[in-house]
Amino acid sequence: MLLALSMLIFILLRLTPGDPIDAYIDPNIPMSPEQLAQLRSQLGLDKPLPAQYLAWLQQAISGNLGYSIKRQDQPVLDLVLSRIGPTVLLMGSALLIAIVTGIVTGVVSAVRRNTSVDLAFSVFALVGISSPAFLSALIGLYIFAVRLKLAPSGGMLTPGAEFSIGDLLHHLILPAALLSIAQAALIMRYMRSSLLEVLNQDYVRTARAKGVKEFWVIAKHALRNALLPVVTVIGSTIGLAIGGAIFIESVFNWPGMGLLLVNAVETRDYPVIMGATLIIGACVIIVNLLTDITYAVIDPRIKVG
Amino acid sequence: MDKRLEPILDIHGLRTIFRTRGGEITAVNGLDLAVAAGETVALVGESGSGKSVTSLSVMRLLTRNVGSIAAGSIRFKSKDGAVRDLVTLDEEQMRRIRGNEIGMVFQEPMSSLNPVFTVGDQIAEPIRIHRGADRKSAMDVAVALLDQVGIPDARRRAGQYPHELSGGMRQRATIAMALACDPTLLIADEPTTALDVTIQAQILDLLLKLQRERGMGMLFVTHNLGVVAEIAHRVAVMYAGRIVEEGPVAEVFRNPRHPYTLGLLASMPRLGDATRMKQAGEQLAAIPGVVPSLADMPDGCAFSPRCLYAIDACRQAVPPLLAVNAMHRSRCIRWQEVSR
Repeated sequence: MLLALSMLIFILLRLTPGDPIDAYIDPNIPMSPEQLAQLRSQLGLDKPLPAQYLAWLQQAISGNLGYSIKRQDQPVLDLVLSRIGPTVLLMGSALLIAIVTGIVTGVVSAVRRNTSVDLAFSVFALVGISSPAFLSALIGLYIFAVRLKLAPSGGMLTPGAEFSIGDLLHHLILPAALLSIAQAALIMRYMRSSLLEVLNQDYVRTARAKGVKEFWVIAKHALRNALLPVVTVIGSTIGLAIGGAIFIESVFNWPGMGLLLVNAVETRDYPVIMGATLIIGACVIIVNLLTDITYAVIDPRIKVG
Repeated sequence: MDKRLEPILDIHGLRTIFRTRGGEITAVNGLDLAVAAGETVALVGESGSGKSVTSLSVMRLLTRNVGSIAAGSIRFKSKDGAVRDLVTLDEEQMRRIRGNEIGMVFQEPMSSLNPVFTVGDQIAEPIRIHRGADRKSAMDVAVALLDQVGIPDARRRAGQYPHELSGGMRQRATIAMALACDPTLLIADEPTTALDVTIQAQILDLLLKLQRERGMGMLFVTHNLGVVAEIAHRVAVMYAGRIVEEGPVAEVFRNPRHPYTLGLLASMPRLGDATRMKQAGEQLAAIPGVVPSLADMPDGCAFSPRCLYAIDACRQAVPPLLAVNAMHRSRCIRWQEVSR
């Protein structure tokens, strides 16, 4: 998986116009063609592409993702690892908000089917799914940070101030909430349709025939079953959220992987692009694995192993 | 019903309607039916005759906003001796009766158990709800119940999930669940229809045994007349939302007085029939025509379009239930001419 991903990124990067050497050299220092050729061979850029890829792969396997072209003293691995924390924090908070709001609104919609509440939530979900992250990020930034001044417009901590959880949360809430919109909308839609289907099942009627209170019929008998397909959706929305996180991080200047990646692309920092994508890919695979494990935990019909 | 016994369930003039896109349809129309303690009453009919709707009406489990009870009363005698009309109870009062005083067994043992909870948990649930038992003692009762319904190795089975049990065992488990709180009335809605024939007989024997041991009243809903002969004391035959004939099982089977019952009995194959009929060149009798749509009922007797005995008077007014004798009634104005 990761191998195929790294190969694809490598090829795509080299297909884009521009020469990596242009990004490497300082345009203010004139260099002769001979000097350039010498630099090329020194960096291995004169070798054929497959050889270059294999050289990168060999190093990558042993844990060396190379050095940033723009920041020569920084190993890519350190650079990427230092950005994982903020991104996980942002995406984790967004996911938490999305799961809670998505499941709650989905359940309410299903139980109060065809009422004005259901209609309102469904419209919210439709808008949420249809609005791209860069648009909702900018609109959100304008309304909540610029107009209402409820939250700071960017960064993770107030510069110069001493670290505090409150300050972090204050910076976190707006980007996390905006990032969660699309996920919450998707989860809500799946939750609603899944619960509607389960509510028609015979075992729900059996539960009522036993004298189970209506609240527990929904919250225990129906919800546990209805959550199964939703867990899968939650897993797959994480991949989607990574795309959104890249936009949100650039808009809110959040020092995470997304911002690192965008900056690397802008400056053609090839090793950083390669390294960052690889780590993101690894994260997605781990998340999918966790999703499958969760699935097995909540559904007794699936045995692990 | 034996006149000396006071009924525990007494349905009077029940009318259940469904709202559909095509308008309102009447699924059960003016039904009278009583079940005494220790008595098994079979409600027989084709699909769409209203027999399952009747059982769901008693439990007040009709799909909300779709089906509702429009008229009639369902008087039920509680364990404490109080007689109440289930139609007038609020949802919370009704909930205390479901699974506690009236147990219900459904048709599909595959889908009527919740796949994500263990069998033991599901049987213990009504005990915890209605008796306030703690988890452990409720589970002990559940294991004892599983043992009673003939599941070997009950303790281990209680810890298993429904998918780990066979169809017959699941139906035994749903019976254990329905009986968990010692109900005085058991409603069994086609409990054997989804099972293999050999298992069907076992489940019928089990229900019969439990009903005798516990002295419960049982309302047994089925489309299978063969099953009725084995299990019920009295039978009520339903057609298009109405009871068309009712009486003691032996009497109705020997001496049917409604053309529909007659047709049903004639279309039931008996052992040895195949050989005899092949020799005589006969075919299994079938009732001509189809059940009328509830949205488009014929005038008068609903069975008249399919009836060989029908005369003009049959098409003018719905016939009343006429007494054939003290125990036996038929909704046919020509019942005296109808016989095998």
